[in-house]
Amino acid sequence: MNSIEGQVRIPSGCAIAAMISKEGKRMTGEKIVESMKPMHDRSNGLGGGFAAYGIYPEYKDFYALHMFFNDRASRKDCEAFLKERFEIVKSEILPTRKIPAITDEPVIWRYFVAPLKSQLNNLQLDEKEYVTRTVMKINSEMPGSFVFSSGKNMGAFKAVGYPEDVGVLYKLDEYEGYSWTAHGRYPTNTPGWWGGAHPFTLLDYSIVHNGEISSYDANRRFIEMFGYKCTLQTDTEVITYIMDYLLRVQKLSLSEAASVIAAPFWSTIESKTDVYDKKKHEFLRTAFPSLLITGPFSIVFGFNGGLMALNDRLKLRSMVVGEKDDKVFIASEEAAIRVMEPDAVNIYAPAGGEPVIIKLKEGAF
Amino acid sequence: MALLFYPEFEVIRNENRCIACRVCERQCANEVHSFDSQTGRMIADETKCVNCQRCVSLCPTRALKIVKSNCNFKENANWQDDTIKEIYKQANSGGVLLSSMGNPKPFPVYWDKILINASQVTNPSIDPLREPMETKVFLGKKPNHIERDKDGKLKFDLSPQLELSMPIMFSAMSYGSISYNAHKSLATAAEELGICYNTGEGGLHEDFYVYGKNTIVQVASGRFGVHEDYLKAGAAVEIKMGQGAKPGIGGHLPGAKIVADVSRTRMIPEGSDAISPAPHHDIYSIEDLRQLVYSLKEATEYKKPIIVKVAAVHNIAAIASGIARSGADIIAIDGFRGGTGAAPTRIRDNVGIPVELALAAVDKRLRDEGIRNNVSLVVGGSIRSASDVVKAIALGADACYIATAALLALGCHLCRTCQSGKCNWGIATQKPELVKRLNPEIGKKHLVNLMTAWRHEIKELMGGMGINSIEALKGNRLMLRGIGMTEKELEILGISHAGE
Repeated sequence: MNSIEGQVRIPSGCAIAAMISKEGKRMTGEKIVESMKPMHDRSNGLGGGFAAYGIYPEYKDFYALHMFFNDRASRKDCEAFLKERFEIVKSEILPTRKIPAITDEPVIWRYFVAPLKSQLNNLQLDEKEYVTRTVMKINSEMPGSFVFSSGKNMGAFKAVGYPEDVGVLYKLDEYEGYSWTAHGRYPTNTPGWWGGAHPFTLLDYSIVHNGEISSYDANRRFIEMFGYKCTLQTDTEVITYIMDYLLRVQKLSLSEAASVIAAPFWSTIESKTDVYDKKKHEFLRTAFPSLLITGPFSIVFGFNGGLMALNDRLKLRSMVVGEKDDKVFIASEEAAIRVMEPDAVNIYAPAGGEPVIIKLKEGAF
Repeated sequence: MALLFYPEFEVIRNENRCIACRVCERQCANEVHSFDSQTGRMIADETKCVNCQRCVSLCPTRALKIVKSNCNFKENANWQDDTIKEIYKQANSGGVLLSSMGNPKPFPVYWDKILINASQVTNPSIDPLREPMETKVFLGKKPNHIERDKDGKLKFDLSPQLELSMPIMFSAMSYGSISYNAHKSLATAAEELGICYNTGEGGLHEDFYVYGKNTIVQVASGRFGVHEDYLKAGAAVEIKMGQGAKPGIGGHLPGAKIVADVSRTRMIPEGSDAISPAPHHDIYSIEDLRQLVYSLKEATEYKKPIIVKVAAVHNIAAIASGIARSGADIIAIDGFRGGTGAAPTRIRDNVGIPVELALAAVDKRLRDEGIRNNVSLVVGGSIRSASDVVKAIALGADACYIATAALLALGCHLCRTCQSGKCNWGIATQKPELVKRLNPEIGKKHLVNLMTAWRHEIKELMGGMGINSIEALKGNRLMLRGIGMTEKELEILGISHAGE
């Protein structure tokens, strides 16, 4: 029998796409699902997924937990655990369509929860740290239960299958979000576990990623010092934790975080003329050497209120950006952008290590 | 008592080639060769030969060979030749056996049981001839929290960092144990390479203060040559708690090597044996170490990183954990194959553990405790090649110390008799006529060549793994696989077996 995800490290090649409305206009999932079709050959049917932002306005103050369970017993156990820690305001089956292309569906549930104030006070933790630790605990210590989405007013949807089928499975045409990311997976090993598909998320952070990072174990062993547990052994998981650590824990800005993980070469830093900029890069590289990510990657990092696209510093993976009116599109191939918006303009390929940061207009989110 | 056994080495002289030029005689400080005026031929007293290969290297007609004698005692797997000879020596002298350089016994060399990964298909290897490939490292404490000023700009306050162009430094070798010219070669090479050399425990010769920014000044239990200007001269200060070749004991420098210049640098009388105490007598526990760390920080105004060097011993992980909380910025771990100018043979050959295992255990422990960021790790004893460096970094080291390899570059032939002070290669000696055999310009060139070659090899290996900066290799154990090791060994090293 093949080892399940998390017991072996599985490199994958992939397709990614994203779209966002800077005005905060909500769009159904239809187009992003369509965008994956021309990139069909970049996936191999062993994983597809989406993240959507702004989809739960009626529950926007609650953490939306999307969960996979192996069976009813795992769900019951986990629910008992959740009740000790959260007020559960809604608990339901995550709606899916049965389609022939995707089988072996686990038990998929959705919970809207708020941390119990008494628990936060007991542990002296802020809300986000509390939710993070709970997610880590479930994912590393409760076999049969897996949290694959845990942010507010956002959600991840993923499965073993081609991404265009995954979109149909989860009825993404019925959700409306201001920002969407998508992923088709081409893992080079074949355990095919639903939790291993992308996007990988933590709180409202989500990552879709194409690449195989060569710094994986250096990054993993470093980030695990800070309470993160890399249970899946995938690049995407470790990049998500790195972003969480840099943004939420160290409170770096997006561009500063990009300068850590895709740091400019020392020679580039030395030739900078802006003194603050030069010192900033020297400082960030010296302070966080173990969070430099090497090897090929293109990622789209989603968060409440925006997206960031980033390539590795050598630009070893394709990624293009285009726009139309208030919308910005990102994809591994221009063909995918053309599907989302045939009249997209200003299409360009960002340089390696150059972050493309798109934030919603003030008040739009 | 007379010699009880046949000499260890034989001098084979090809009489057809020998022209009796007497070069061998002039070159041998051990006085093996002499000219027999009656026969007009060269003769040899092999009892004095240490097999340093000086005469072999300089014989203009290639008439000389030194071979291991095959006149041995009756074979015995338990009572081997060396064992028997050591008994005779001790029966003769009543003394402790002395040796030099690293442990020569056939213990496992874990570097040789570790294999390195390379990229195929799923991610690209990177060609160091065509793409940038970075080897620069900063050693020192890394911040746990980022701070900003009131305008939200980052504050660039960092603990003192030691910047190295590549993750290798020349390890501690004192002036006294090695010669002025050897020190000069190391200092000038370190300067040209953008790395550091280490004074060892013998102080810093006044001529070498100019190389201060490439110098690590050492404070050992004997405190030889330690004063304020010395501490301030270096780029970092190293407290030597122990040495891999002789854990648990102090340094030994025979009086014969304490000549005028060495005496002045060490601040001890000429001709006196320099025996540093086994412990630091102001450090009997970890809290005392903290006091010395902070005394040195005070003396150097918190501008220089403090290194604590320890020998790899059984409980190294817990010891390192204590040091990482002592205020030290860097921990140097010296494995049991590390070299020395003189050590009791029994200690050199039987005390301490391999640095590979010590490194893996320490790196893991510091990460488990969440304090790996408090310190950088430097390992030595013995790092023999660029691939050893790559494996050490991937196991978790920030940088490596090399010393034996550096001496080899200077001409050392590993005859392991440094303690005699008669080094024919001008390295481990203070005799002016021998010292001058080592030309510091050529010495520097050879060291720079060696490090340049290693840097190229490190880049090739990194590029093969698809890594273009050394930081992404640090602790990247997934890039390593073990071969022919037990489960336990793999577990300690934290790596999988080849094929897994």
